Amino acid sequence: MSRIWKEIAIVVLLSFASTVAAQAETLAVRNCTWCHGNGAQGYSPAPALAGQRSEYIFNQLRAFNLHQRDNPFSKQYMWAAAAHLSPQSAHDLALYFSTLPPRPANDGDRESAAIGQTIYQQGMPDDNIVACVVCHGPNAEGTGPIPRLGGLSYVYLKRRLEQWGQGYHLAAGPPMPDIASRLSSGQVQALASYLSFINGR
Amino acid sequence: MHRPSRRYSRKAASVTPLLLATIIVAALTGAARADDVQGKLGYCKDCHGVAAQGYRGYFPIPRLAGQQPEYLENQLRAFIERRRTNNIMFNVAHALKPSMVSALAADFQALNPPPIGGAPKERVAEGRKIFQDGVPDANIAACAACHGPEATGRGEIPRLAGQLYPYMIKTLVNWGHERGQSPSKPDTSAIMSPVAHSLNKSQIEAVAAYVSYLK
Repeated sequence: MSRIWKEIAIVVLLSFASTVAAQAETLAVRNCTWCHGNGAQGYSPAPALAGQRSEYIFNQLRAFNLHQRDNPFSKQYMWAAAAHLSPQSAHDLALYFSTLPPRPANDGDRESAAIGQTIYQQGMPDDNIVACVVCHGPNAEGTGPIPRLGGLSYVYLKRRLEQWGQGYHLAAGPPMPDIASRLSSGQVQALASYLSFINGR
Repeated sequence: MHRPSRRYSRKAASVTPLLLATIIVAALTGAARADDVQGKLGYCKDCHGVAAQGYRGYFPIPRLAGQQPEYLENQLRAFIERRRTNNIMFNVAHALKPSMVSALAADFQALNPPPIGGAPKERVAEGRKIFQDGVPDANIAACAACHGPEATGRGEIPRLAGQLYPYMIKTLVNWGHERGQSPSKPDTSAIMSPVAHSLNKSQIEAVAAYVSYLK
């Protein structure tokens, strides 16, 4: 008897929760989360948007719209997705996702993360590689148009770092194409690993 | 007619390899090599901006364009000697060959991009007054007295014209924690110490806004 009541209570609670969630999540948001995952926590190959800097998200939507961000998945998915977004809806979506709490992907390689941390915090002065922390912040949280990197998935970070060196998205301008193209594949893996574990707001 | 020129060319033939060798050795061991300097310049500009105009990263990164070479050289030494606290720049400065520093400083001095702006314009007039006249009631000297009427600096005294607004604020607010940190090696930062201490936050913001727009 009491077990049945418990089950009923759970069903009632769940349906209530989903109604609230449905109200919070507009159709436009749902269009993003199909790929960017529940709570916008990312779903391969789409990066997490939760907690990303709103100015950065807005600029990327604009870059997709103008076909400036031209790496393969962007071309394949995001060009069409951003084609009919008005600046106002791009702004609203960017703001919405920036307020969601991010959760770290934690999918990097634990051992190489230590090397990644050193590169992130100190750079490699002898090889003319600057310290990432100066622009991206002590918790890789980003600021203004500079993206949060902390907690993004290893797969996404690694691919993006590699793509800078392959000549994609050059419209973004310096310094990332130059810096990333001079990182070895081991250094890219170390950085992507380290960043995937960062849990910071 | 022929003899002297033949003698000359024979002499030249024997001198040329020696001369070449000397040039090569000098290039390898002496002054910083041009490609090294170019690589290092690119490295500086990855953070300080392509025209060294400064950059608003997570931390404000100062403008180096038009900066006084003596100031830059002294600051790079200050990072190494821990007179000036900055872990990032400590590492950066350590990797610079002394011969390279003057080449970098000369390059930065020659650059002249427009200021990046972004400071509250309504504070500029107040800032100009403090910069030019000081605050006599608070015993604050006119900034122009040392930094020059155009804020271009001189010798070890830095150019402030076009400097980033958030960098100016951070620097003045943190003066006592960042500069002159080695008691055994007092430096020019001591001159600025009482001024930075006496300026209140609002006055700092006004001066920062004023100089940030100067070309």
